[in-house]
Amino acid sequence: MKDGKSKTKKASNESGISTAGYGVSIKASRIKEKYRLFFLIIPFLVLVFMFSYFPLYGWIYALYDYKAPLKLSQCDFVGFKWFKTLFANPTQVKQLMVVMKNTFAMSLLGIATSFLPVLFAVFLNEIKSKWFKNMVQTLTTLPNFISWTLVYAIAFCLFAPTGMLNTVLQNWGIISEPIKILDSSKHVWLQMLLWSTWKGLGWGAIMYLAGIAGIDAELYDAAKVDGAGRWQCIKNITIPLIMPTYFVMLMLNIANFLNNGMEQYFVFQNAFNKQNIQVLDLYVYNIGMTGQSLSLATAIGILKSLVSVTLLVIVNGTSKKIRGESII
Amino acid sequence: MARANKEKEAAVRMKMQPKDYAFSFFNYLVFALLALLCLYPFYYLIINSISANDLSASGKINFLPEGIHLQNYKDVFKLRGLSTAALVSVCRTVLGTVFTVMASAFLGFMFTQEKMWHRKFWYRFMVITMYFNAGLIPMFMTMRTLHLTNSFWVYIIPAIVQPFNVIIVKTYIESLPASLMEAAEIDGAGILTRFFKIVLPTSTPILATVAIWAAVGQWNSYQDTLIYITDQKLYSLQYLLYTYINQASSLANLVKSSGSAAAAANLAKQQTPTSIRMTISVIVVLPIMFIYPLFQKHFVKGIMIGAVKG
Repeated sequence: MKDGKSKTKKASNESGISTAGYGVSIKASRIKEKYRLFFLIIPFLVLVFMFSYFPLYGWIYALYDYKAPLKLSQCDFVGFKWFKTLFANPTQVKQLMVVMKNTFAMSLLGIATSFLPVLFAVFLNEIKSKWFKNMVQTLTTLPNFISWTLVYAIAFCLFAPTGMLNTVLQNWGIISEPIKILDSSKHVWLQMLLWSTWKGLGWGAIMYLAGIAGIDAELYDAAKVDGAGRWQCIKNITIPLIMPTYFVMLMLNIANFLNNGMEQYFVFQNAFNKQNIQVLDLYVYNIGMTGQSLSLATAIGILKSLVSVTLLVIVNGTSKKIRGESII
Repeated sequence: MARANKEKEAAVRMKMQPKDYAFSFFNYLVFALLALLCLYPFYYLIINSISANDLSASGKINFLPEGIHLQNYKDVFKLRGLSTAALVSVCRTVLGTVFTVMASAFLGFMFTQEKMWHRKFWYRFMVITMYFNAGLIPMFMTMRTLHLTNSFWVYIIPAIVQPFNVIIVKTYIESLPASLMEAAEIDGAGILTRFFKIVLPTSTPILATVAIWAAVGQWNSYQDTLIYITDQKLYSLQYLLYTYINQASSLANLVKSSGSAAAAANLAKQQTPTSIRMTISVIVVLPIMFIYPLFQKHFVKGIMIGAVKG
C-alpha cells in the first residue's frame, strides 16, 4: 500500500508536473521527497531553535559578573560564585528563605484547594435546569479569560481605600477610617489564593464536567434501581470515575511547584506586601530586571529550571507506576 | 429512549423527599451566588464608567447607573498614548493570531507526513520545548541579541510556533479520513496544494479553537511589554492600564490636561482618576466579554483535545 503510493508520487515527479509550480525551486523538486518535506518546515524549526534552545546559551551569564550594557567578554569570569552566594551569604540566604516560604505557601495553598473544581463540577452536575447550568458555566469561566492587569483593576476599584467596599462601609457608618486591603502586609497569601480561585475555579471545573458528562448514564440508572441515593451515586460513581483526571491535574500541579509565574504577583505587588508576595518567579524579575543583578537572577533561574525538570520526571515516573500511563 | 429517560426521571422525582428539595434549593443558591460573584465586578465597572463622574468618584454607584453619559469614552481616547496602545493591541492580536494559526495548521499537517526526513525526531525537537524554559534573563538577552527588544515584532515572532497548538492540529488532521489525502495525492496534487485546498478547509473547527486561544492570549498579555519594551509608543493596552492604575499622581495631571473647558465646568462630566480607570478597564474587557460567549464551545473543545493528548 505504502509502496504503491510512493511509486505514484515518483512517477508524477518524473513527469515533471509535481511541485515546480508551488513555490519550491525546480532543483529542490529533484531531491527526494523526504528532504523536500523537511525543507518546508526548516523556517519553523529555526524559530523553535531561536526561542527555546538558543536562550539556554544565556545560562553562561550565571558564570560571569555581568554588568548590563557591557559585552560578556568585557566582564569578569567568576565561576560558581553566584551559586555559592545563594547558599553562603547570610543576607542572601535569609532573603531566599523568605521567597521560598512564599513560593511554597502559594503552591501548597493551590494544591490544597485543587479539589474545589471537582466539587464545583459534581454539584453543578446535580442541577437539572439546563439554562441555569449553562448560565453558571458561562459566567464563572469568564474571569479566566481576562488578564491579570484587569483583575488588578477590578481589585483596585472594589477594594482600594477609595474603592467600593470602603466607601459603602463608610457611608453606612460601620467604619470611620478606610481599611487598607491591597496596601497591607496582612493576609497576602489568602488574598492571592482568593483571586486565583475567583479567576480559575469555573474554568478548572470544565474538564471535570466534561468527564462527568462522559460517564455512562446506565451506571446511575442501575445504582438507582438498587436503591442508591444521590450521595451514594456521587460517592461511588461520579467521584471514582473523575479521579484519574484529578490525579493528572494534581501531578501537573506538583511538577509546577516552583513555577508560580509572575503575572499575578507582579500586578498586586507594592511596597507594603513585597515581603509576603515575592515568589521565585517574581524575585528573579525583581533582582534581574529592576535590581540589575542579572547574573544572580540567571543563577536562580537555572536552579529553578533544573528542579522543575527533575520534578516533572519524578511525577511522570510516579504516574507511570501508579496508573501505567505517563502524563506528558 | 428519550421517553424512557423521562419516565425514569419522573419516577425518581416522585421519590424526592423534603431533604432533597432543601439540597436543590441550596445548590441553586450557592451557584447563583458564585455566578453573581463573577458577574458583578464587570457590571460595577460598566455602570460606573457611564454614570455621573462625581457620583462614581464618591462611590455612590453600586447597583444602578445614574446620570448616564458617554463623555468618558470620548475623553479617554484623547489621553496621550491610549489610541496608540489600542492600535498596538489590535495589531498584535490580529497579526499574532493569523501567524499562529497558519503556522500551527502547516506544522500540524507537515508532521503527519510520514515520508519526512526524521519526522519523529523533529516533532520531538519541537514538543519537548514545552517542558523546559531558559528563564527570564536568558530570554531577555536572546531578544536583545536578535534586536527584538523595543520592537513590535517581539509580540509576534516568538509566538508563531506554539507546540501545544501544533499537537492539537496534528491530532485533528490524523482523525480525518485518510482517503481524502490519498485521492489528492493520486491526482498529483503537491504538498502545498493539499495544504491549502484540503487541510485548511477541513480543519476549520480546530483552527477556530486555536485562533480564539491565540487571540485571547495576545490581547491579554502584558508581561512581554513589561520585560522587552521601554518605548512608550509600543505599549499594549493591558500594560497602559496597569500603569494608569498605579500612577495616581500622573493620572491626576492627565485628567487636568484632558478635559475640555466646557466639560470641566460640569462636575458630572469632569474626568476623575476613578472615571478614567473604570473607562479604560471597560475598553480592555469589552472585546473579551463580546467574543467569549460566542466562542465558549471552541474553548472547551480545545482544552478537551489538549487533555486527551497533552
